[in-house]
Amino acid sequence: MELSGAEILVQFLKDEGVECVFGYPGGSVLHIYDELYKQDEIKHILVRHEQAAAHAADGYARTSGKPGVVLVTSGPGVTNAVTGIATAYMDSIPMVVITGQVPTAVIGSDAFQEVDTVGITRPCSKHNFLVKDARDIASTLKKAFHLATTGRPGPVVVDVPKDVTDPGVKVPYSYPETISMRSYNPRVKGNARQIRRAVSLILSAKRPIIYSGGGVILSGAADSLTELARMLGVPVTSTLMGLGGYPATDRQFLGMLGMHGTYEANMAMHECDVLIAIGARFDDRVTGKIEQFCPDAKIVHIDIDPASISKTVKVDIPIVGDVDSVLTEMLQLLRNSDSALDQEELKLWWELIERWRATNCLAYDHDSELIKPQFVIEKLWEITGGDAFITTDVGQHQMWAAQFYRFDKPNRFVTSGGLGTMGFGLPAAMGVQIANPGSSVACITGEGSIQMCIQELSTCFQYMLPLKIINLNNRYLGMVRQWQEFFYGSRYSHSYMDALPDFVKLAESYGHVGICIQSPADVEGALREAFSMKDRLVFLDFITDQTENVYPMIAAGKAHHEMEMSPKSVLI
Amino acid sequence: MRHIISILIENEAGALSRVAGLFSARGYNIESLSVAPTEDASLSRMTLVTRGSEQIIEQITKQLNKLVDVVKLLDLTEGEHIEREIMLIKVRAASNGEREEVKRLADIFRGHILDVSRVTYTVELTGDTRKLDSFIRALGDIPILETVRCGSMGIPRGERSLHL
Ligand SMILES: Cc1cc2nc3c(=O)[nH]c(=O)nc-3n(C[C@H](O)[C@H](O)[C@H](O)COP(=O)(O)OP(=O)(O)OC[C@H]3O[C@@H](n4cnc5c(N)ncnc54)[C@H](O)[C@@H]3O)c2cc1C
Ligand SMILES: Cc1ncc(C[n+]2csc(CCOP(=O)(O)OP(=O)(O)O)c2C)c(N)n1
Ligand SMILES: [Mg+2]
Repeated sequence: MELSGAEILVQFLKDEGVECVFGYPGGSVLHIYDELYKQDEIKHILVRHEQAAAHAADGYARTSGKPGVVLVTSGPGVTNAVTGIATAYMDSIPMVVITGQVPTAVIGSDAFQEVDTVGITRPCSKHNFLVKDARDIASTLKKAFHLATTGRPGPVVVDVPKDVTDPGVKVPYSYPETISMRSYNPRVKGNARQIRRAVSLILSAKRPIIYSGGGVILSGAADSLTELARMLGVPVTSTLMGLGGYPATDRQFLGMLGMHGTYEANMAMHECDVLIAIGARFDDRVTGKIEQFCPDAKIVHIDIDPASISKTVKVDIPIVGDVDSVLTEMLQLLRNSDSALDQEELKLWWELIERWRATNCLAYDHDSELIKPQFVIEKLWEITGGDAFITTDVGQHQMWAAQFYRFDKPNRFVTSGGLGTMGFGLPAAMGVQIANPGSSVACITGEGSIQMCIQELSTCFQYMLPLKIINLNNRYLGMVRQWQEFFYGSRYSHSYMDALPDFVKLAESYGHVGICIQSPADVEGALREAFSMKDRLVFLDFITDQTENVYPMIAAGKAHHEMEMSPKSVLI
Repeated sequence: MRHIISILIENEAGALSRVAGLFSARGYNIESLSVAPTEDASLSRMTLVTRGSEQIIEQITKQLNKLVDVVKLLDLTEGEHIEREIMLIKVRAASNGEREEVKRLADIFRGHILDVSRVTYTVELTGDTRKLDSFIRALGDIPILETVRCGSMGIPRGERSLHL
């Protein structure tokens, strides 16, 4: 079959099973857009800013099990998309980003809308390519999809100069069914000996704990993890990225750990003797002061990326491999094992944990005249039966979402953990809704973050995406204000959000429904009303208590047992 | 500790900048870096000299291996190996005394004088980094006009080798 570069590109996407592309046109991708126009198999979602295209593809990838696909033009199209690419990179999200480039003949001449895309995206993508010949489009895209979705996933950028998609130049095309790359062979199966060693260490533990992370979600290993934890009867804590990997409503779950983790999770980390780290990368928000991290523990670490192992914390038994594959083998060994955990010790360990849990570290004031943000999220959880897809922006509201929306299933919580990108929530929710039509999707945001990609309300109207936006409006860049209160003598330097728009009118002007909620008594009714409008986007502007802080909190440089506690929690 | 790491990398545009970018982004130090194609035109071989604690070197090798273009890698320092570097050095040799001294040192260090002008000698010297350093020290007061060094290259001794 002889096709032009643009035809090949679009045909390849179809053959690869791509159903949806998030993009924005411009000069260097016009040949490709012309091909998109001529077909209707691939749906194209026209965003209002390229950053949103990447975030939407990200949300789509996290909740569809397929890579997100982005198409943007050269120059400003690429630079706008970079924040979204970096966000996906930090959270290991599979994505293929196709970027237009100026014609090969003028690359390097400071041509109109030229940037060094490969150079700019090198440090924030898993890999990138510049395609110089139409004959290479299919094999390069195949490599891109392969790299994005295997091993430790991540965004891959494919830069395509305009002449390479020239409709006048036809070259042969056939879909490459497979691809092999001699330099890229991620390891899936864990080393059998290491797995045996890990199992015997685990069975010798007196105070074990599972520290589970985003790798469990990415690997699709929630069921194996749950089975392992139940079989052993051990406590489970999770990173922000791992939430939903183990059911949050289960007694064995201690909540999130780390900077804004629960008292019981952080204390259990500090006191454990065997730490089972599964698909988690010992991020500084999680470890706190490295020298005092899990001081008494022997550590098992399962991760597909060898570079994640012993990066910040030295581990005793590293296992390189895919979480699901390794856990499956561990379960097999455990089923056939004669030894078991010392049940007396385990009982004592749980008694200690229950005492920590009794501090009720997430307690907040239920009698306030003002709307407490935690209350809104608790109600949201109730009303959606804990089964909605939740995206967030970045700030206090994000932490409350993690603490108070109890995720029982994986791939339900979509948040920017590694880069912490304000502006992520709304476009990510669009991608989630497109991947899951008919499901409830809510974006928990703040009045600061939502304004960073507010233009996407227009995209939502065009494609009739019935999102529910939960704006926890504290009139502050709340997370910044909290740090200024704690560490800068309450000098609130530029953290007050002045001159806010009327969000109700704003939503209405984009064709949506807006509701402003000022009193705790109206919270539940407003949420019910919003979720009853199945086919409308509803913007819920909750005017919340401005002074509320996120507790517990481990200040930077402090260890797990040195938490700042909520004034409402019970001291022990 | 000083480590010499040999890397086989796809001979693609931008491969070098991926390695260099990794080092600058992660704050690792590069003492020297040399690159050239191998007998297989699709592969380049890099030799990289770096310093760091065992933990940092472990991260460096892991991060290098993680680069998609890196095919294979060997830390030469882990076994017996041969290390060589070439230096071209131009010194002032205007007086008889200077000429004799430079000639004598070049002989002692088994170097060659490649080029002679009225007032300069250019010496070629091969050896490990320490040998080249000591030649420079031995020159003492003789003014150095120019030095060019290619950076260390290395190869494992015996049957151990880095190939596909
Ligand atoms: C305001 C703010 C506050 C935060 N506070 C906290 C906090 O209190 N607590 C907290 O936990 N986080 C917090 N974070 C998030 C934090 O910054 C990190 O993003 C997060 O801790 C990283 O999660 P993770 O370790 O699970 O790793 P991820 O970033 O999810 O990485 C996944 C790991 O799993 C591996 N992996 C991927 N796929 C597989 C597979 N198939 N098999 C095996 N391994 C695999 C990867 O190699 C990687 O090492 C906060 C973020 C923000 C923005
Ligand atoms: C793009 C970007 N800029 C700046 C920051 C730093 N930052 C982190 S949280 C935060 C405040 C967020 O305010 P808001 O969205 O109102 O949420 P709140 O904390 O009030 O819930 C800021 C400015 C960031 N994370 N991302
Ligand atoms: Mg706010």
